[in-house]
Amino acid sequence: MNIPDYSQSPPIDQVGVEERVARLNSRSIKKESKIKALEMALSMVDLTTLEGMDTAGKVIQLCQKAKRPHPYQPDLPTVAAVCVYPRLVSVAEKALRGTSIHVASVATAFPSGMAPLEVKLEETRQAIEDGADEVDMVISRGEFLEGNYNYVFDEIAAVKEIVGKAHLKVILETGELQTYGNIRKASDLAMHAGADFIKTSTGKVKPAATQPVTLVMLEAIRDYYYRTGHMVGMKPAGGIRKAKQAIQYLVLVNETLGGNWLHPDYFRFGASSLTNDLLLQIVKQKTGVYQSLDYFSND
Amino acid sequence: MPDRVNVLKTYKTYIDGAFPRTESGRHYKVYDREGNILANACQCSRKDVRRAVVAARGSFPGWSDRTAYNRGQILYRIAEMLETRKGQFTEELERTGYKAKRAVAEVESSIDRLIYYAGWSDKYQQVFGSINPVASSHFNFSLPEPTGVVTIWAPEEQPLLGLVSVIAPVITGGNSCVVLASETYPLSAISFAEVLNSSDVPAGVVNILTGSRTELLDPMTSHMDVNAFFYTNPDIEVQQQKQIDENGALNVKRIIRKPMEDWQDKEAKSPYFITDFQEIKTTWHPVGF
Repeated sequence: MNIPDYSQSPPIDQVGVEERVARLNSRSIKKESKIKALEMALSMVDLTTLEGMDTAGKVIQLCQKAKRPHPYQPDLPTVAAVCVYPRLVSVAEKALRGTSIHVASVATAFPSGMAPLEVKLEETRQAIEDGADEVDMVISRGEFLEGNYNYVFDEIAAVKEIVGKAHLKVILETGELQTYGNIRKASDLAMHAGADFIKTSTGKVKPAATQPVTLVMLEAIRDYYYRTGHMVGMKPAGGIRKAKQAIQYLVLVNETLGGNWLHPDYFRFGASSLTNDLLLQIVKQKTGVYQSLDYFSND
Repeated sequence: MPDRVNVLKTYKTYIDGAFPRTESGRHYKVYDREGNILANACQCSRKDVRRAVVAARGSFPGWSDRTAYNRGQILYRIAEMLETRKGQFTEELERTGYKAKRAVAEVESSIDRLIYYAGWSDKYQQVFGSINPVASSHFNFSLPEPTGVVTIWAPEEQPLLGLVSVIAPVITGGNSCVVLASETYPLSAISFAEVLNSSDVPAGVVNILTGSRTELLDPMTSHMDVNAFFYTNPDIEVQQQKQIDENGALNVKRIIRKPMEDWQDKEAKSPYFITDFQEIKTTWHPVGF
C-alpha cells in the first residue's frame, strides 16, 4: 500500500464543519428511537477511570457496573469496555473474565507521551501480557507539531507490532493540535500506521472531544475506507457527560459513515459520568418520571 | 401622537439566575380584574420544570453549606431590595385591580415577612434542635437539616405576599426551590425574580416559572430529584389531591399543604413553616477516654 504524502491531506473548511454539526444537532430523536439510541450509546461506552488515586477496589466496583449497569434493569446491554491504567489491567481482567466486556489499557506514557520509545513499548507489552485486549496509545504531539511525521508514524507502527491482534486506539489529543487541518493530517497518519480506532483526547486536556473535531475525524475515516476498504473505528473521549450529547454523536456517525459504524466494534465513547446520565434517561423513558442521581451508584 | 413609543416589559421566567423564555415558546394572556389584557406570560412546559430542578439541585450544596448567619443576611438583603422598589410593586398590584391602600399594605407586609424569616435564620436550629438524654456515654443531639429541592405552587391570590410567604421559609432553611407563580396574576412573581437576582441569592436557589397548574402538576410532584412539594390551595380538587399524594409516594416526598385564606393573617408566618422542610439528624458522639 502506498503511504500518502501527508502534506496532501485535504484542507478543512472550518465554517462548513461547524455549520454541518449545528444542522445535524437540530435533529430530534424521540420515543422508541430515543430508547434505542440510549441503549446503543450505553453499549458503546468505554467505562473509564484514569486518576492518580485509582485503586483495585475502585476498578472492581467499576467492572461490576460495566457488567450490570443498573441493578433493576437486567435487560440493559453491558458497556463495551473498561479502560484503566496499565498497573490495574490485571485487576480488571480478573473481574471481567467470562464476559464479553473488553479490557482496555492506556499506554505509552499516557497522557503526555513524553517518555523514551523503549519505555513506551515496554509499558505496552506489559499491558498486553496482563490481559488487555485493547490499547489506547497517545501520539507524540510535540514531534507532530514540529513536522516529524515520520517519527510519529514509526512510533504508532512499532506499538501496533507489539499490540498484535489486540485493538489499537490512537489518541490524537486534538485539543493540542491547534487546527482542524492538523487533526485531519494526524488522523490520516494514524490510520495508515495501523490504528484500529482513532480517538480524540486523553480527557486531561481542555478542550477534549468536540463535535466538529469528531466530524473531521469521521470524514478522514470515510475517505480512508473509500481508498482501502478498511473500516477504522472512532472514539470521542472526554467532556461527553450528557445523554443528549451522546445521541448527537450517533447522528454524526450515521450521517457521515452510515449504519455499519453504529456498532461497539467501530464506535465508542470514552466517558465516566455519561453512563449514569444514559441510565437516568433510559429509566425516565421507561417510567415517564424524571429520575434522581440519588438512586444510581456513583462509579 | 405620544412623544415616544411605550417600552413594555417582557415577562419571562427565572431559571438558574437568568431570565429565559419558556422552551416551549408558548404564552398566555394575563388579564386584570376588569378583563383588560396586561401582558403575555410564559406558559411553561415540563421541560422548563426539568431545567429548573437541575438548577435547584446544582445550587443546593452551596446554599445549604452557607452559614445560617449568611443566609439571614441574604434574606435581609432581599427585603432591602424590595423596599427600594416599593413603587414598582405597588403599581403592578394596582394594575391587577388592587386598591392603592391594599397594594401598599401587601408590599410592606412582604418586606416585613422577609425580615421575619431573616431573623429566624440563625435561630431555628437552636430552638428546634435538642440535646437528648441517653443511657450510655454519648453526647446525643438532634438538629434540623434542609431536605433538598422543594417544588412550590404559590398561592393564587395575593400574588406577592403569598409568593414571598412560601419562598422565604423554604430558602431560610437552606433548601432550594422551583416555584410556579400564581396562574392568574403571575406578573409580580417575575418582578420579584428581578429583586432576587440583585440580592446575592445564588443562581438556582429560587427558580420561578409561570403557567398552568394542571399541566405542571405531574412533573412538579413526580420528579424523583424533588424532596418536597409545598402547596396552599384552599380549593383543590380531590382528584388532583390524590395525584399529588400518589406522585409524592414515588420517592417519599414531603407533601406540605397550607390552605390559607389570607396571608396577612397572624397564622401565615411561623418558624414551623421552616421546620416543615427540614429533616432531623441525630448524632451519637462518644464521650470519655
